[in-house]
Amino acid sequence: MDNQPGASGLIFNEPSLWEKSRKGRCAISLPKADVERAELDKDLTGDAPELPQLSELDVVRHYTRLSQWNFGVDSGMYPLGSCTMKYNPKTNEVQAALKGFAGAHPFSGDEFSQGSLKLMYNLEQYLAKITGFDTLTLQPAAGAHGELTGMLMIHAYFAKKGKQRSKIIIPDTAHGTNPASAALCGYIPVNIKSGEKGILDPETVAAVMDEDTAGIMVTNPNTLGLFESNISKIADIIHSKGGLVYGDGANMNAIMGIVKPGEIGIDVLHLNLHKTFSTPHGGGGPGSGPVAVGKALEPFLPVPRVVKDLDSYKLVSDYPDTIGKIHTFYGHFGIMVRAYAYILSMGAKGLLDSSRLAVLSANYIKESLKGTLNLPYDMPCMHECVFNDEFQSKNNVTTVDMAKRLLDYGFHPPTIYFPLVVHGAFMIEPTETESKEDIDQFIDAVKAIAREAEEDPEKLRKAPFLTKVTRLDEVTAARKPCLRG
Amino acid sequence: MKEISDLNLPDDMKYTKDHEWARLSGDIVTVGINDYAQDQLGEVVFVELPETGDTLSKGDEFGSVESVKAVSEIYIPVSGEIMEINEDLEDAPELVNESCYEKGWLIKVKPEDVSELDNLMDKAEYLDMLKG
Repeated sequence: MDNQPGASGLIFNEPSLWEKSRKGRCAISLPKADVERAELDKDLTGDAPELPQLSELDVVRHYTRLSQWNFGVDSGMYPLGSCTMKYNPKTNEVQAALKGFAGAHPFSGDEFSQGSLKLMYNLEQYLAKITGFDTLTLQPAAGAHGELTGMLMIHAYFAKKGKQRSKIIIPDTAHGTNPASAALCGYIPVNIKSGEKGILDPETVAAVMDEDTAGIMVTNPNTLGLFESNISKIADIIHSKGGLVYGDGANMNAIMGIVKPGEIGIDVLHLNLHKTFSTPHGGGGPGSGPVAVGKALEPFLPVPRVVKDLDSYKLVSDYPDTIGKIHTFYGHFGIMVRAYAYILSMGAKGLLDSSRLAVLSANYIKESLKGTLNLPYDMPCMHECVFNDEFQSKNNVTTVDMAKRLLDYGFHPPTIYFPLVVHGAFMIEPTETESKEDIDQFIDAVKAIAREAEEDPEKLRKAPFLTKVTRLDEVTAARKPCLRG
Repeated sequence: MKEISDLNLPDDMKYTKDHEWARLSGDIVTVGINDYAQDQLGEVVFVELPETGDTLSKGDEFGSVESVKAVSEIYIPVSGEIMEINEDLEDAPELVNESCYEKGWLIKVKPEDVSELDNLMDKAEYLDMLKG
């Protein structure tokens, strides 16, 4: 493990805040009140919330120590396939913390929110331009919420036409949330299999598409990291029966500036600002899942919508066919500021380059590790590549063992056991933000682990060793869960 | 994971393509998941079963078996009424791994038509299917 980033160091134990709490301990000394005490009406008061009592240093050490147990993209490469854990430039945070944005109040009214509204309007324009659509909504809180918003618009579209449909086609390489979003709108998901090369065959779609099917939900690039190159033919099949094509644009980071989904037959598409546009992710969220639409679905967009009127901006809710509000106020505004900062600092060429580099990095890893790990779909990939544990299974080493061991080498594990179409999947997405040196180190680590699988398989089954917590007993945790602290 | 030749597949029962087993005893069919299924799933952590008294048709989903790796739906091999469910599995789902044909059975069904069992596979046919 020479020259690998993983090393052991001093890690601190840390009790819960409740265990550290001591009665009367406080971070600040409040001066004695110099006015008379005024009693509040009894109806307005209640017991104080129960909170731990701690000094400032207690709290600072607590969170600093917990953060040291953690693994973040600021500490190491995080090649979690399908999740796009690219680095989030710090300038995004600086812009979002600007007083005018951070202090904006949702009840300030249009007149006092011109800057914020202008940012939202411009961001809509940029995202529409990038995706090739007419317009979009910034309201949805994340990807799956965007899917739901898109599907609600499709549902409203058929309701308006006077004839609702009952089914929706969903391929096995779509994101797992797709069937759930469609089912929430009352559609029955009809699953279809991808073809031998990991992409959809138009004939498979034609065989199930009928006039009772609302359309298809396609993740493109799909969860195997492959571009659905038959997408235009598939869209024609869906449209010829009056259906609509939903595009899951969670993987837009692979095709920015190269493919415009709005121009290849997709009718509605969601984006994940927290993937493609470098806003915080997971526990660092919240996310944001804007939904772009073409002319057919525009009347159904959520309200309020930002409208430009000469040189000023206003929020307008007067759209009779709208599906209504799908989030409090206007969505996650702070995230919009970060995505806006990213787009402006990258520029059109920067965004195009980021997609190219993301694809180059993934293909470099795919070619470098082919032969070390089994590659079920051996063809050029987009932003991620999917291996599995077929070579290692003869030594009873599984994907999870190799993933856990990667932590010892200083890398976050890739996504494992997803997509389901690959048994024992090991799904790597390096993103464009890792340097060649870091990617080479990662490749070396995976090769070293594959050697360990031959020489010392038992060791891998117990990994990791250098982390604060070593291999967890997932079976007992699931069978006898301890749900209270 | 087990090799196909290591699988324990008793002769006195029938098998489905989804890896359930069904054993007729008197006029009651006992149903569970077979050795191949429990081995593939890994350590079972939760089993969801129907209510007794439910009436299901052959091929209907009657519950699910959850392991740390995956959740798998389970399908009833014969049409009929659920007479009994294995309540021990609520506290001890590991019985499905440890004793899939005895203590880890799932449901007992009163079949509408016993001859439906004839359409299921015997051990040799099931093994042929696994070997592809």
